[in-house]
This record gives sequence, structure tokens and C-alpha cells, in this order.
Amino acid sequence: MNKLKYLLSLVTQPRTISSSSPKEQLLNCLTYGLFTIVALCAGFLLWDLSSSQRDGFFYGKKDSHTLVLDLSHSQEVILHSDADQRKRNGNCTFWDCLNIYKCEHDRLKVYIYPLQEFVDEKTDKVATTLSSEYFQILEAVLKSRYYTSNPNEACLFLPSLDLLSQNVFDKHLAGAALASLDFWERGDNHIIFNMLPGSAPAYNSVLDVNTDNAIIFGGGFDTWTYRPGFDVAIPVWSPRVGHQHPHAAAQRKFLLIVAQLNVLPRFLRTLRDLSSAHAEQLLLLGPCNGMDLSTRCSFSQHHKLMEYPRLLSHGKFCFVGRSLRLGQPDLVEIMSESCIPVIAIDNYVLPFEDVIDWSLASVRIREFELHSIMQKLKAISNVKIVEMQKQVQWLYTKYFKDLKTVTLTALEVLESRIFPLRARSSRQWNAIATNPRATFNPLFLPSLAPKSQGFTAVILTYDRVESLFLLIQKLAVVPSLQSILVIWNNQKKSPPHLSTFPSISKPLKIRQTKENKLSNRFYPYPEIETEAILTIDDDIIMLTTDELDFGYEVWREFPDHIVGFPSRIHVWDNVTMRWHYESEWTNQISMVLTGAAFHHKYWSHMYTYAMPGDIKDWVDEHMNCEDIAMNFLVANITNNPPIKVTPRKKFKCPECTNTEMLSADLNHMRERSACIDRFSKIYGRMPLRTVEFRADPVLFRDNFPDKLKRYNDIGSL
Amino acid sequence: MQAKKRYILVFVSCAFLAYAYFGGYRLKVSPLRPRRAQHESAKDGGVQPPYEQLPSFLDQADPLGPLGHLNGSAGALAALGHNDSRRSRGSECRMETCFDFTRCYEQFLVYVYPPEPLNSLGAAPPTSANYQKILTAIQESRYHTSDPSAACLFVLGMDTLDRDSLSEDYVRNVPSRLARLPHWNNGRNHIIFNLYSGTWPDYAENSLGFDAGHAILAKASMSVLQVRHGFDVSIPLFHKQFPLRAGATGSVQSNNFPANKKYLLAFKGKRYVHGIGSETRNSLFHLHNGRDMVLVTTCRHGKSWRELQDNRCDEDNREYDRYDYETLLQNSTFCLVPRGRRLGSFRFLEALQAGCIPVLLSNAWVLPFESKIDWKQAAIWADERLLLQVPDIVRSISAERIFALRQQTQVLWERYFGSIEKIVFTTFEIIRERLPDYPVRSSLVWNSSPGALLTLPTFADSSRFMPFMLNSMGAEPRHNYTAVIYVQIGAAMGPNAALYKLVKTITKSQFVDRILVLWAAERPLPLKKRWPPTYHIPLHVVALGGNTRIGAGAGAGPTGQTTEERPSISQRFVPYDEIQTDAVLSLDEDAILNTDELDFAYTVWRDFPERIVGYPARAHFWDDSKNAWGYTSKWTNYYSIVLTGAAFYHRYYNYLYTNWLSLLLLKTVQQSSNCEDILMNLLVSHVTRKPPIKVTQRKGYKDRETGRSPWNDPDHFIQRQSCLNTFAAVFGYMPLIRSNLRMDPMLYRDPVSNLRKKYRQIELVGS
Repeated sequence: MNKLKYLLSLVTQPRTISSSSPKEQLLNCLTYGLFTIVALCAGFLLWDLSSSQRDGFFYGKKDSHTLVLDLSHSQEVILHSDADQRKRNGNCTFWDCLNIYKCEHDRLKVYIYPLQEFVDEKTDKVATTLSSEYFQILEAVLKSRYYTSNPNEACLFLPSLDLLSQNVFDKHLAGAALASLDFWERGDNHIIFNMLPGSAPAYNSVLDVNTDNAIIFGGGFDTWTYRPGFDVAIPVWSPRVGHQHPHAAAQRKFLLIVAQLNVLPRFLRTLRDLSSAHAEQLLLLGPCNGMDLSTRCSFSQHHKLMEYPRLLSHGKFCFVGRSLRLGQPDLVEIMSESCIPVIAIDNYVLPFEDVIDWSLASVRIREFELHSIMQKLKAISNVKIVEMQKQVQWLYTKYFKDLKTVTLTALEVLESRIFPLRARSSRQWNAIATNPRATFNPLFLPSLAPKSQGFTAVILTYDRVESLFLLIQKLAVVPSLQSILVIWNNQKKSPPHLSTFPSISKPLKIRQTKENKLSNRFYPYPEIETEAILTIDDDIIMLTTDELDFGYEVWREFPDHIVGFPSRIHVWDNVTMRWHYESEWTNQISMVLTGAAFHHKYWSHMYTYAMPGDIKDWVDEHMNCEDIAMNFLVANITNNPPIKVTPRKKFKCPECTNTEMLSADLNHMRERSACIDRFSKIYGRMPLRTVEFRADPVLFRDNFPDKLKRYNDIGSL
Repeated sequence: MQAKKRYILVFVSCAFLAYAYFGGYRLKVSPLRPRRAQHESAKDGGVQPPYEQLPSFLDQADPLGPLGHLNGSAGALAALGHNDSRRSRGSECRMETCFDFTRCYEQFLVYVYPPEPLNSLGAAPPTSANYQKILTAIQESRYHTSDPSAACLFVLGMDTLDRDSLSEDYVRNVPSRLARLPHWNNGRNHIIFNLYSGTWPDYAENSLGFDAGHAILAKASMSVLQVRHGFDVSIPLFHKQFPLRAGATGSVQSNNFPANKKYLLAFKGKRYVHGIGSETRNSLFHLHNGRDMVLVTTCRHGKSWRELQDNRCDEDNREYDRYDYETLLQNSTFCLVPRGRRLGSFRFLEALQAGCIPVLLSNAWVLPFESKIDWKQAAIWADERLLLQVPDIVRSISAERIFALRQQTQVLWERYFGSIEKIVFTTFEIIRERLPDYPVRSSLVWNSSPGALLTLPTFADSSRFMPFMLNSMGAEPRHNYTAVIYVQIGAAMGPNAALYKLVKTITKSQFVDRILVLWAAERPLPLKKRWPPTYHIPLHVVALGGNTRIGAGAGAGPTGQTTEERPSISQRFVPYDEIQTDAVLSLDEDAILNTDELDFAYTVWRDFPERIVGYPARAHFWDDSKNAWGYTSKWTNYYSIVLTGAAFYHRYYNYLYTNWLSLLLLKTVQQSSNCEDILMNLLVSHVTRKPPIKVTQRKGYKDRETGRSPWNDPDHFIQRQSCLNTFAAVFGYMPLIRSNLRMDPMLYRDPVSNLRKKYRQIELVGS
């Protein structure tokens, strides 16, 4: 200020000096001119500073900085409450209120406005105050993969204006604050978190602020205010969620607990009647003296104090009923105690309803039917109760456990709309991961494989040319064979020229591999055009045409199983406490060897690209157990056992056993036992399943003329 | 001196400018009010996260939220209903406001209005073929009732499918016709089927030409804005020639991996050049490359297309004629489904059937049955606004995903979209799940085979009790089985009687839970003491012919339940309460089986709980000379039926047989007193799309019959053949599937010591 006075005095001084030389006058003119320019610049600067930041002179310097959520440095913005506001557009859909062109980047990006405090220019009132929960939401977004500090590349904009509870702010001011945001543009692509919408007396089910085209993440929608495919329903957060270890269903004494304090009186009356009729099963609780929210007292005996929400873990089901607002923090509290919510709020849009299948984890009852609630709950089987309880627990830890999870889930819901290609399917959103055996069979089409296609024989060979040629000749006459692919696993020697191969009527291809790996047998070669692959060793020449043909028939009926000839079994050794590999001819099998087995080409793909752990490398390194690995892989994904076809058991010449072979054999068996042990540790369970049956042709070994049987030549062992 | 002043002036000015330029933004922050003390302390605290210092949004002053107002002020409560007037308007209908649930408490029945009599509006308008099919499907179903007072839903007798006033099927005077309906009641509990609404030039979605009021719309081409969520049902658009039942199966026969075809993306159709919905198709030529992307359009449609054509039309028409639609459909991995004048198009179902993964290009369209079907597993979304991204989108999808998407198109087509009957029934089931007393199926059930129409949620509340998803749930069927013996002849009971021996054999089985004898013979029940001792295994005898049931063994008491006079043979498949196990062993009284056979069949069944696993097998074949299905009991290399005279199956099929099968089928069985086993096989194959499983050959099952066995009746065989044809006609197709294999014990007839074998008795049989 002193400086300004001084400047003023400087301005006035030259006027008093009138008598001066022309040279001096010229200099004076120059000085005045310069001074005018300076004054104009200063004026411009001052005007710029007082106006909004939008086209700010200084703005460019700040925008690329990552936002710091520092409470002590929030800016103050003066609001002009007469600014243009538009009502929430009830007709918004994803297709016309979201500017998709802002989201053309390959992932969802969210820009957060810096912390600002909006103050009305007339009344000097603050538009909203920041709550702890909203701070956590902002922090969650800030630290998530969605955050961007550059508003130009953002798809979504998150105001730092806290609109979580309509109890605490002036809706008109809040609307003005929103409209004054830099990138507001009618609210396109803006997301607004709100948990308690509406205010007395009407309690609208959506935020009453003028939000125009903004997307609302709301905690109390009804089906009229919710704009499907556009808004996102979120839970009303509760700071009181429990962290106890939930009780199992059997330990829960009460069928239903009602601990919600603000149920509408008419429903409370019904519940009171019910609780007197079902005193043993229904626990109805009310507030204790005072307004302590962490306790509940039963209506009859006011002295018995119970700790809330912990008491919910004594109930199988817990009640959420209609209050003045539809969304209640009780829902999250109930879920945190693994109690199954019973929701009696008509037309309430449940949190994340678009993606979560609530029928697996809750019971919904119409308000009108409240009187029959006990009959309904009693009719639910115990198995279902346990299932639902697990689902509640799983949903809670996955999507509800803290504000960060809730925020990120809400953003993911939105992300899956903007990038539908990357969206999870409802199965993935709701899959119960609590059962380690639960799987999804990727070959789920219930149909027999077509007969016409035939199979591709994939022969893995090193250098046994003679037996290879013999095998090719034998295979070539199998009617259902489509083509043969020879995998030449020998890098030192080239395969014999195609012309030297036996001439056959079916297509034959040879492929030399770059490395001598056992996994080459399961590579999904593009040369394989059929669904079915017969993997066969180059020395398996004893299989007859009928056997192979029949094997293919069996595979057609079980295209998601491995179907093969030689079989093995795994047994648990109680002494060593390990799995043991067994090649005895027993009454049970759990694996078929891929030395001669059919499988779907999909499993080759899975073997090559999706084998868990280091199994594939281990197999290649040790040159063993590739067949066990394949059996594990398929059994783990499908929970299906393999299918053994026909009595065939012996494959290597049975006469040539000698002592040398035996010791090699013992070593071999030990190694394979170790494989089973190792693989089952990697999978975290033993996926193999034991069966006692094998597949034979319908008339096999029946007292019936052979020429009427389709498959005659089925060898014995 | 003057110069000095000037210099100072210039210097100060420059200094001021520099200050303002570099440090001026502080001017802006400086007027900040001092932050509240708590924030300062937050900074000092250091250890705590900053939000700990902030207040919670659940404001502390009034911690229970609106509860404070609740205790006393009636104003708040009264205000709650303030917008109910808006909600009862037809356009804002929800089930709670526009539907009368009280009509649906007992059963879910549908009443179809009879055709209108001749009245002042003239004769009843003709009904289009498709609407007639809808009505037929309902009238021949289990939903139908002819008593309007018992009905939950009402279906109009007049055709409302085509509400395009330029169309020839357009029915006039609908409002006055509706007003005459005796139960109209502003559409409450009515359902209106519609495929087309609106007309040139705006094709307004809500212009039906009448006020549907509170009626539920089952409508094609609905948009997000117009559909009343949780109330209306979006249905697919289907052709005039769409079949009533069964219909063509999906055209994906093989399940090759990778599932790529010759073309990546294909579309062939007309474009409109001008008017609503034309922009999308008009710009498709940008994506066409003639190699893996074939998107060809024509301007030719209607009479006067030449007048409206643009300068691309001739070129487009030339390209258009180069490709055949069917070929494209079968040889393309993805098929574009762009909007036409309306949002939905025939392309959708055509692509779904062909296993060509639909790429949706129809913004704001509510997909058919969207509330239940998870289309993410079967379709790809594109955005009309981002048309040029479509090639990138389809190219980025992994081979595994394509493989899964393609299979799912077939599952959905087969289960919900293959025929008008399925579409109508799915619509009903969606509405039914909204009723208060009806259990809701999970999304898993809806989106996997065999689908919601074949999964009756009233059977059990958990999928664990169903045979279908056990494997994917990592669960197994519950242990042990219930033997159900159906007695038709009732020979004198004694130690030599077949029934006596049978009960004795079952008693020795290690997996039997209890024995249930269904006594349908005319002879009186044998006395309790004449039955073989069953020790700890409960034996229940239920008399079906009007006698009371008696109980024997542990835990069984006389229940005194009587049944109708002339028992249908289908009663052997009634889901009796006594059957508690998942496995049911169904037996005829004269079945000869040993204990090993029972135990072995049971262990096989545990691996295939969704199929029938049993001994005697039969086959069906197509008889060209008679142009009909044939039935044979000869020894063949294949079979497609396993007789329920000695077979295991899941308890759920009893429930399905009794509560789901068309009454027409059950009547056929009752009248012929035969064929119930064939029907059960058709049912199970219809559900699973898989053949039954035969276990080890049982010789002489047919040869040893003596006395007055119904099997010896010469008409018996002809009757079964005619049954088979009737059943196939009612199902609309032949669900039976052949199998070439049977399951034997692992060492069956192997030349190894018998002592090594687990099921030794089986070896002794038959040879």
C-alpha cells in the first residue's frame, strides 16, 4: 500500500512543474506513456487475479501438478448465487449425457478438482464442509489407477465438493458451487458422491442439488429416480462396521434380528407383533437411553444392553426396513457381521445392483408382506443359509469393506459401462471364491462333437523312424483320422524327407521343433484343424483301428474330458504322508497317459499358455510328467475325471523286462510320485478324481455274432 | 533531478510488474480465511491420517438421521406419500403400484381373452400368424387357465404385435376394443406383446395407438428411457416364420479352437439414406475392407428408393450383391447388429443362432430379457458415436473370449430364443420371479445350461440340490440312494417271488438309504410279515390304487394317504417326500439285478448326476419308409434310451416330470398306461442335450418275462412306437441322442484273477 501511495505522489508531482525545456517535456511524455502502460498492465493483472481461474494467467503452471489433499491449503472461491444452474436431468442416459469423446483413451481417467471452499458472496456462508468420509473417497481415487492430474485427458471429473449428506449443506449454494467448477459444462462427465439424499419433509430419493447432467453415485435411489445404466447405486457408509470374526450359521441363535432404529412406525408395529409371537426367533431391539449408537436394548427389558453392531452376529438374518430415506447405513453394518440382510424396502435400488446378484446374498420382501416374514425365512434351507452367508461375507470383503473399496467398485461399475469390452461378466462379479473346488468349465456347450470332423494325430518323435512309419501306416487306415502331424523333436538331425514317408491317403505334415521339449507335444499348432487331438507316442503301434475309432467316439461324447487308453492312479501314502504314483492294474484310475489319448485342442492352448506355476518349465527341464501335468490341468479346470477306453493296458513289449529296466522303472516311478506331490502343492489341492469305470463298446464281449458288432477288434490288454 | 525521478519511476514500475508477474498468484491466496483450528492441529498431530480430524457425514447433532423427526412429527410421514400420485400414472408403473399381487398368491396362471364376437366395431380383426402362435403356446401350456377369476395375468385376444399404422396387420379401434374387455381395469395384470410401434417418419417408441395403462409391455426395440424398469420386459424381434416350438437348433456344431472364421466382422442389410436411425448404417462403408471386414449395405427398399438415393448408392449396391447373407452369417466370427429405424433388428437373433457373436451398434437399446440374461457373456458392445473404433474392438478380443462368447450364444439361443414358446415362457418366468411367493433364480442359473425354464426354483433353494452345476460348484451329489420299486402285477409274495428277491438284493447294497415300494397292482398289499427283512433300512409301501400306504422298518409309520382312483403310470415319478437322497434308483418289480450291479451303477451315476444311468437300453431311429420315428429293443451298437425299470437318476427329474411336462404328454402316458420311461428319457435328454449312460450289459432282461407281464402284449411295442412319435411332436423335435459306449468296471472281463476285481458278481452275469 505504501508503494501505491508513493506511486501516486510521483504521478501528481510532475504536474506542478510546468516550466520545463522541450527536451524535458518529451522525456516527460515518454515517462507518462511508460507509466500508463505499466498501470494498464497492473490493472489487467489485478483484474485477472480477482476473476475466476478459468482462463487464468497462472493457471497453466498449476494444472500438471498432482493434487495434494492438504487440508490447510484449500482455496476459497466466492460464489455468485445467481449463477446459472440447471436442474438434474432425469432423462439422462449413458448415450446422451456422457461425452464419450473424452473417454477415448484406453482406460478410465478421473480428474479431481483441488480442495476448494465455496463461499457465498452475499451471506458469507460456506457451501459445504468436508467430511472424513469424503476425504477418504477423494484419497481413494487419488491413489487409484484411475487418477489423472491432467484435466485434458480426464474422462471423468470428481468435484472436491462434499455432497455426501444433504443434511449439512445448502442445496442452492451447492448447486452454485458445482456450476462454478472449471470444467462443469452442464455437468457432463462429472461424478457426484451422495449417501444421504433429500431433506425433510419430502426426503427425495436423490440429491436435490441442481446437478444437471452429472452422474450420481447415490446411496438411496428408488427405481424412479435411478437412471439405469447412468447412475450408480452405492451403499450408505457406516463408520461403525464391525471387524469381528463372524460366527458360523449354526452358532447364530436368532433367525432374525431387527436392530434398525429408524424403521417407520407402521412397520415397527408389525415387527412388534411378530416378535411377541416368535420371541425365540426374532430379536427386536430399540435404542437404549441416550443417543448412543453403539448399543441396543431390547424393548421388553430395558436393562439389557447389547453392543452394536456386534450383536448382529447372533442372527442368521438381519432386517433393513424402510425409513424416511431408503438407503440406510445398517446394510453395511449387517454385512460386516456376515448376517444375511432381509430387505423390506420396495423399489430401493440396492448398492451396485447392476453387477451384484443380490438374490445370492439377501432376501427381499415386499413391505406389504412384512407380516409373513417369519414364514418366509423359516422356509429357507440350512444349506442355502450357509451359502448366502458365505456370499455376504465374500461380497463384503470384496466390495464393501471400506470406503476405498466402495469407491473403487463404484468406479469399476462405471468403467465397465464406458469400456464394455473389459467389463467383468456377472459370473465374475459374483463368483464365490470361498470354495476352492469351484471352477468354470470353458467347454460348456452341451453338445456332442461332430463326427464328420475326425481327429488329428499328433506324433511326438525323436528318431525312431522305423516305428514312426509303422505307426503312420496304422493310423492312416483309421476312418475317423483327419490328418497326421509329426512333431520332430530332434534338432541334431533333420526329419526324413517327406517322400520317404509311407504314402497314405490322409494329409501328413511334419514339423521340426527348435528345442527338444516334452511340451512340444501340447503346443496348439495351427496345422491342427480339428477339435480333437490324439497325442500318441511313436512306439504305440499295438492299438487297433477299432480301438482308435471307438476312442474317438467316446471322446465325442465327452469332449471336455481326456479320453485315453493306458491309465494310472494316484494314492495317498499314509506312511510317508505323500502322494504316490501307481501303475498297478487296479479297480480305479485317475489319470490316462497322453502316450495315447484324445483331448480337445483347447487344452493344448491352456497347457501352453495358462499352466499355473512353473509346471511347464519344470516338465521341460526334467523331461518327465507332461502327461501328469495335463491330467492335473484338465481335472483342475473341469473337476472331471479322465475316461479310460477299452481294456488296453500294456504298451511297451511285456516280454523284454529285465533287471536293468526294473531299476530304471523304480527311479521313474519315484520321480513321477514326486511330480504328483509337487503339482498338488502348486494347485493347492488334489484335483484328480478317481473313477471305477471305463468305456467299452455297447456290445463288447457280449454273446453276440461278431459281424454285427461295430467294434470287433478290441484288444485284450 | 528530473531524470533521477524518471529513472526511479521506470524502475519502480518495472519492479512492480515483475513482482506481479512472478509472485502475484499469492495475492489471490492471501485473502484466505484462517483455517479452523482443528485442521491446524491435524497438521501438528502428524501420526493420524488427516481424515480422522474431520467430522463424519452422518452428522453428530442428529445421529439417527431422520429419526428425530420421526418420533412425533406426523408431517414428515404424511409427506412420504407426496409423489404417489405421479407413481400411479401408467408411464411410471412399477410392480408395487400397478400390479395386483393378490391374484397370484396360489398359482401363476394366464388367461387368454377369447376372440371378439361380432359387435358394433365389426368382426374381430384377423390375428397375425405370430400372434396366433403366441396364443397357442400359452393355451397349450401349464400357465393357461380358462377361468379369468383364477388368472394372475391376462393376455389380449387381439393382435397387438404390429402397431405401425401403415402395416397391414395393424388393428384399428384398439382403445374402444380395450374398453370393452371385461377385466381390463386400466390394464392391471395385463400383458401386451408388441414387436413394432410408431411409424414413418419418427418411429416413436411409445406410440402404440392406444394407452397401455397399467399393462406390462413385452415389447421389442425398447430404449432405456422408455422402458419401465422392473416392470416392462424387452423381448427380441422375430420373423414372421419363427417356429412355435423347438425350432432350429443353433448352427454351431463344432467347438473348434481358436474359433476364428473366414471373416472377422460381417453385416449385410439395407440402409435408409435419410431419416431416423439412418446415420449409423450409412457410414458403415467406412469399415468395409472386402477382406476380413465385410459390411455391405443397399439403398434398395420400398418403391421410391431411387428418388432418395445418394451418390454412394450405386457403388454400395454393387458390393452388396457380391455377398450372400447366409454365407456371411456362417463364416464370420462377429456379426454387426446395427439399429434400423427402430432399435432392435432381426439381425440379433439371426446372429445369435448362427453363433456369430453380435456386435451391438444400437445405442440405448434394452437388450432382450436384459434383467436376467448377462449379455456380456454373449455379445460385444460398440458405440454408434465411436463407429470407427469397431474394427479395433473386434480385433482386440482374445481367442479364449471368442471361444466362450460363441458357446454362450448357443446356450442362450437354445434355452430362451429358439422358438416363440420359449420367448413367451421366458417373459412369464421373468414376471413370475417378481411375485412375492416365488423364489428368484440366481444369475448363474439364468446364464448357464439348462437355463431358467428348466430349473424350477420351487424344487429347492440351492443349486446344490440340482444335478446341473455340481461340477462347477466343486460339489458332489449327496450320498446314497432311494430305491423306488414300481409294482404293477403284484404276484404273490414269497421268498421265490421276484419282488422278494429284489428287495433282498437292495438291502445288501452299501449305498441304499431306503426302499420305497409303489403298489399299483390291483391285488391287495401283502402283509407286513411277508416282506423280506430289511433290518436298518426303512421300507415304505405306498398303495397307489386307493389303498392306504403302510410303513415297515425303521422310522416309517402308516400315513394313510390315498390317491385318485385310476392311477397313472406316471405316479412312479411323483416326487414322494420319502425320497430324501439325490439319487433315485427306479426299478420294476421283476428287475433282476445283483448287489454289485446296483453299487457299480450308483458309483457311475455319481460322476454323471445329470443323466440317467442304468441297465436295459433301447434305441430310436428314423424310419424312412414310414416317415416316422421307430423304436427298437433289438441289440444294437448304440442306444438312446435307458429304461427306468433299472436305472439311477436325480431326484430333480421326478419333480420336473410331474410339474413341468406338458399336460398333453402326461395324458398320453396315462391313457396308454405305458411309455412313461420313454418320456422320462426324452425329458432328461431335452434338459441335458446328452445321451443316457448304459452300464455293463445285463443279459436276458427281456427274455425271461412270463405270465401276464405287459411286456408280452403284442400291442405294447406298437404303442411305444406311437408314443415316441407323439412325444417328439409335442416337444417339437426329437430330444433323444445316441450313445455308442457303455461303462464297465475297470477290470471287467480282463484275464486277471477275479480276486483282484471289485465287482465280481458282475462278471458272473449273462454269459
